[in-house]
Amino acid sequence: MDKPAADSGQTFRYDATASPDARLHLTGRLDVHAVERAWSPLRRRARELAEGTQAAVTLDVGDLEYCDGAGAALLHALERDIERAGRKVELVGVQGLVEEQLTPYRELETVEPARHETRGGLLAQSLEAVSRVGQAAYSQFGFIGELTRALGSALLHPRQVRWGDTFRVAEAAGFQALPIVSLIAFLLGVILAFQSAIAMRQFGGEIFVANLVAVSLFRELGPLMMAILLAGRSGAAFAAEIGTMKVNEEVNALQTMGLDPVRFLVLPKVLAGILVAPLLALYANMIGLLGAAVVMQGFGIPWTAFFNQVTVALSLSDLFSGLFKAVIFGLLIAGVGCLRGLQTASGAAAVGVSTTSAVVTSLVLIVVFDGLFAVLFYHMGV
Amino acid sequence: MTGVEPVIKVRDLTLGFGDMVLMRDLNFDVRRGEIFVILGGSGSGKSTLLKHMIGLYAPIEGNIWIAGADITAAEGKARETILRRVGVMYQMGALFGSMTLLENVRLPLEVHTDLPREAMDEIARARLQLVGLGEFAEFMPSEISGGMQKRAAIARAMVLDPEVLFLDEPSAGLDPITSAGLDRLILRLARSLDMTIVIVSHELASIFAIADRVIMLDKESKGIVAEGNPATLRDTSDHPWVQRFLQRADPADSEERST
Repeated sequence: MDKPAADSGQTFRYDATASPDARLHLTGRLDVHAVERAWSPLRRRARELAEGTQAAVTLDVGDLEYCDGAGAALLHALERDIERAGRKVELVGVQGLVEEQLTPYRELETVEPARHETRGGLLAQSLEAVSRVGQAAYSQFGFIGELTRALGSALLHPRQVRWGDTFRVAEAAGFQALPIVSLIAFLLGVILAFQSAIAMRQFGGEIFVANLVAVSLFRELGPLMMAILLAGRSGAAFAAEIGTMKVNEEVNALQTMGLDPVRFLVLPKVLAGILVAPLLALYANMIGLLGAAVVMQGFGIPWTAFFNQVTVALSLSDLFSGLFKAVIFGLLIAGVGCLRGLQTASGAAAVGVSTTSAVVTSLVLIVVFDGLFAVLFYHMGV
Repeated sequence: MTGVEPVIKVRDLTLGFGDMVLMRDLNFDVRRGEIFVILGGSGSGKSTLLKHMIGLYAPIEGNIWIAGADITAAEGKARETILRRVGVMYQMGALFGSMTLLENVRLPLEVHTDLPREAMDEIARARLQLVGLGEFAEFMPSEISGGMQKRAAIARAMVLDPEVLFLDEPSAGLDPITSAGLDRLILRLARSLDMTIVIVSHELASIFAIADRVIMLDKESKGIVAEGNPATLRDTSDHPWVQRFLQRADPADSEERST
């Protein structure tokens, strides 16, 4: 019962006779299961017949009960095999279903594939590639301009901002990220403290682990880890959301209704990013310190001693330089996510491309800007 | 051509989502070789009924037999065997955007048969030619029009020569000429290739052109309000809603009321 279609009819059979004239007689149901079995042996048989005769080869299909598309493919292949061997084919008994199934195969012999748009020579292709890069850069500058204008007007007219959307995004990107940020930051604090405490113990300076962990967390690692998490969680989400809207023509719908996609879709996300990033960074710093404090218990440093040392070690400039970086990271991540979303081409795969490129671009920009800030703060003496 | 043995049997089918019942106690047969149209207004549950018939959704109650096998009870291998015998064209075509038309149409063959590659390519090309797209085999879905995408989707749905072909709104969103071409293709498939075709539609012009039988679903009564040949129903039904629905579609009538 695995192939119930076959139980109503005879199984497919063929018999080949070489004399008096070459003849291939097919009977039964020529369906896809029969074709699976017969494809190679039957074609070999047909070639042998053709080579063994001087006259035409008769292909008798009059007793086929049924023939599906696969069956017609086989018949067509048999015809061609015989013709390639230099013999003529006499197809006998073609009617009804067999004829109908064979028609597209016959038509295909004369069909020329339609051509894609011509691509031109190497020079033309190179020029096109260069112009594509140029256009991409242009559209990015355009986006930066529009975003700046939207941010400016949000400052001047804060009532026009869609605060409902902004806070909803802030909740998704910020509040809902707390568990993962807690986990990563805590482990970061634990690892930092543990690794440095082992080295410091040799000099009896375990207490200075507090300085080391506090400064590196607040200035560098807190904002950096937060930014990486934000890019992976929310930057990707922004790109996927706007990208899907682009694919579904929702972005076009916004434009035709006279709504600016940048103001309507991008601005709430960017504002949320700017809002949430420093808060998350601050939170990551605190949790990181907690992790370090827990480890230092094991090295005989009590809570009070640890946190006293932290307050001595940290200056306000450490805190604010880190938070300032976080703001910039938040702006970059949200902006890049939205930009990549808006640049999405059509199709499901395009959304995946945008999402990937949003995360990768964000990470690159985060590292580059982190380096720039390091140099900048050094020269400013912050 | 129309035999007595039904190829699809629907019995006491109640369907819906959660507590919301869309349709109650549906009973109907689809006969072998006929073009069967499921008709109804927007939101009446036509597409949902279709998705139950191909086993995508499980009904609240009732059974659906396809070629003698109950798809509502089938699982695993048995289910696969049933699905192997039906082809489905979804409303938007649902071609895979990352594959060429040829690859799209070839995919069911790759999954379900052990044919050599060369044979699969041949068959897929011939199916595309059958729906008039032979020359576009190497195109991506995004490079062709919506009507062509639907035809390619039909080619994919029928590449395994299914006993039943399900078409979800084949002519929705197409211009009248393309839509008439699609109607001719559907007729040809049913009449020459002996397929049973189940269509969900509300395009009246095309229903009168191709349907052997229709059932009409009504949102209010949550059931079938009429069943039969569309032209006969239009002339004989005394159900006011059926009258309104079908007469609106009468091509002769619409000339008088042209807006």
